Amino acid sequence: MTILLFGITKDIIGSDTLAISDATLNGTGKIQTVRELKTHLIKMYPDLKSLSTLAVAVNNSYAKDDKIINNFDEIALIPPVSGG
Amino acid sequence: MQNNRYERQTRLKEFGPEAQEKLSKASVLVVGAGGLGIPILLYLNAMGVGTLGIIESDTVEITNLQRQVLYTEKDLGRPKLEVVSERLQAQNSQTSFKLFDTFLTRDNALEIISEFDVVIDGSDNFPTRYLINDACVLLKKPFVSGAIQGFEGQLSVFNYNNGPTYRCLFPSIPSPEEIPNCNENGVLGVVPGIIGNLQALEAVKVITGIGAPLSGTLLLFDGLQNRYQKINFSLQPENLNIKTLQSSYGGQYCDLGTTKSVEELQLLLEKGKGIQLIDVRTEAEFEEFSLPTAFNIPLNELETRMAEIDFKKPIYLICQSGIRSEKALLRLQEENKEAILYNVLGGVNKFLSSCL
Repeated sequence: MTILLFGITKDIIGSDTLAISDATLNGTGKIQTVRELKTHLIKMYPDLKSLSTLAVAVNNSYAKDDKIINNFDEIALIPPVSGG
Repeated sequence: MQNNRYERQTRLKEFGPEAQEKLSKASVLVVGAGGLGIPILLYLNAMGVGTLGIIESDTVEITNLQRQVLYTEKDLGRPKLEVVSERLQAQNSQTSFKLFDTFLTRDNALEIISEFDVVIDGSDNFPTRYLINDACVLLKKPFVSGAIQGFEGQLSVFNYNNGPTYRCLFPSIPSPEEIPNCNENGVLGVVPGIIGNLQALEAVKVITGIGAPLSGTLLLFDGLQNRYQKINFSLQPENLNIKTLQSSYGGQYCDLGTTKSVEELQLLLEKGKGIQLIDVRTEAEFEEFSLPTAFNIPLNELETRMAEIDFKKPIYLICQSGIRSEKALLRLQEENKEAILYNVLGGVNKFLSSCL
């Protein structure tokens, strides 16, 4: 699974994309939903926890926390930005 | 000259004289005449939008010039609103301008926005962005939103024909610590130019009905890869159910209970009672210019220098434009719930332009 990173998530994770292996997705604590993915990412990158408003897109559509995800999906983490 | 002024666009068969007529009758409010606001204003004015409203209360600073391309070195220290209105009037004498020398606040937002057909958000902070959303939902006005950070930009048209709103993407306002603003985080000069021009294009589409406005779609722009990506999102109906503005948007521009204007500050300074005025800019900024009686605790030293602050006396906080002092205010509020805190609106910039 590929995760595209935008805004501050890029700075927190230190890259503009993040790959999650099938083994992680299917292993113990299997990641099936957007909510579970968020929990997994926060465990790996604790600074993500401070983002109270973070949009997640699955295959270019906005996804709620209960959205089911699978290995082939392209995910995007989209925090709001405020600069003008 | 007048007859063929817009000929290059009216000859487009999808646009034509009908769309030009709609532009000439339209009134558009642009919030902020900064990195985004300037390309928006220059193009809408050039293309013949009948009425342009501009809200801006800042002055031109040297650090603005790398992206706010209308301002010149000669304009340093002048109010942006004054410079912009001179230039735009020279550019198109047929446009009617409504100028608002203020920040958008919860007390003036509804009155100002109600005068316009379309709002364009070129502001630089979350409190104003959420305020614009809520006011536009209440007044049923579409608004074209653009925002930038670093090499990236975001663009969408919200609240268009009962379409989704800003809160359908980002339900609640992030805290000031979460997301940096571009004063701190930096922005590549050309990026607001790109996003601002796209905002102008979307506004023209909303006004004239040509093409498909970017409603229900968020455009993400990544300048480093020159990648454009569209994310679809839908209306969450509860977000249309706004009955009134929030009592506070947690920011300097809206939370008037804890702010002081520079004029009020000047009166206090003139009385010479020795108010506790803390300047949270860097040491270098402080050395360059500081207000009488102010003492310097840079924002990043606040944590370790709390002991220097007398929480029994009112605390006035100031920085260059009012954003860092707002952060300091929130931190001090946390530290001492009883503290009497004031943020000086517009900071040193505003003081220099209004009080000297």
